[in-house]
Amino acid sequence: MRRAIAAVVRKDVLVELRTGEAVPAMLLFSISTFVLFHFALDRRSVDGDLAAGVLWVTLLFAAVLGIVRLFVAEREQGGFDGFLLAPVDRTALFVAKATVLFAFLAALELVAVPAFAILLLGPSPWDAVPELVLVLALADVGIAVVGTLVGALGIQTRTREVIVPILALPLMIPLAIGAARATSPLFLEAGAAAVPGRWLLVLGLYDLVFGLLAFAVFDFLLED
Amino acid sequence: MFARGLKTLSIASVVLIVGAFALVFFYAPNDADQGFIQKIFYLHVPLAIVALCGFVAGGVFGIQFLRTGDRAHDLRSYVAIHLSLILAVAALVTGSIWARAAWGHWWVWDEPTLVSFLIVFLLYACYQPLRFAIEDSGRQARAAAVFSIVAGAFVPLNFLAVRLAQSFSHPRVLSATGGTMPGEMRLTFLVSLLAMAVLFVTLWKYELTSKQASMQLRALKRRLAEDDEPWLPAGRSAAPQQL
Repeated sequence: MRRAIAAVVRKDVLVELRTGEAVPAMLLFSISTFVLFHFALDRRSVDGDLAAGVLWVTLLFAAVLGIVRLFVAEREQGGFDGFLLAPVDRTALFVAKATVLFAFLAALELVAVPAFAILLLGPSPWDAVPELVLVLALADVGIAVVGTLVGALGIQTRTREVIVPILALPLMIPLAIGAARATSPLFLEAGAAAVPGRWLLVLGLYDLVFGLLAFAVFDFLLED
Repeated sequence: MFARGLKTLSIASVVLIVGAFALVFFYAPNDADQGFIQKIFYLHVPLAIVALCGFVAGGVFGIQFLRTGDRAHDLRSYVAIHLSLILAVAALVTGSIWARAAWGHWWVWDEPTLVSFLIVFLLYACYQPLRFAIEDSGRQARAAAVFSIVAGAFVPLNFLAVRLAQSFSHPRVLSATGGTMPGEMRLTFLVSLLAMAVLFVTLWKYELTSKQASMQLRALKRRLAEDDEPWLPAGRSAAPQQL
């Protein structure tokens, strides 16, 4: 199972490095959205809960772009058939795809969060980097798990560009609540405050519940 | 297959609904603060509770469908979610009317129960578009079952997250101590809840029976035409077409 996962992850990362279909688009989308927020809110800088909201709305919408693309190659180039023919556990595909989505999100945030700090964020986030990384990582696990599931549901439909966002966004509302509430004390004008533990707990619980659920039901989406 | 006990259930739901309304209008006292408008509570809360239970029941039938592969469970799950969506719209509308009367606003954001309910409704509103967008019936049933399970598990998690995020101001009618409701109000509420639940089951069985009858009718027409092709209605539908 570990080798199957590694093979699929390697394939996807290689495809992404050669074609650049997902991450560059997500990144450009995020930066355009920051510029849009600047004009829509008519603010030179944001802080506190407003900053957390802008950051998380942008990241979630950018994640939806990646989710829509996640299974396209499998669907259009017959990757699903190849995978089903291989004598490996089907859960391997779920784990591999969630890992790939997590890696894409991490790559996106590596550029998009500093860009946010430069373009829009008022207070300097330097003191809060470790906590910010923790919140981002917890939220990314949740987005990766739910995104893989929604991507696999959406790829079955004829209208995945429509189905994926309308499914993913309501499912991610608890995650957005937890992530935004955990991030807002880090962006305070008066200097970063401590992250409230209960929001980290909500994020962790979300990751756990959806991780187990997706693990249990993903196989059924691959049958043919 | 689905029609058993339908007559008893129909009579029971008529009796219970009439009884519940009689209790609401003639037995339960007017609320000291809100007066007559508070009586919408006997409609709004049962609607919301039954709709949420219907969503979760749809998820349970989804699990059974994935375990057994029996299409009847897919139909049960579809009809439960479909009916719950209708009740959910009614619950949102009555909740909005009540909020307007009690707090002066049509919509109150610092109201965790209302907001969670809206989120759950938004999620389940995708159920029909999802089914509609998948042509292959086996794949449609499996994807719908996966959706119903994930969404069913999402309901409690969402309520937890939204409640943590906001203040506690919704009246907690079913807390461990029974809230602060006087006995007459509680009795009326419980009868209303029971009436709504029985009404839901009755409607659910009616729709299942009707769907099954039209499937049988299609099968008979096909036999009459000596047509070997699996004959499906013109145009697509979100509902399961075969058992």
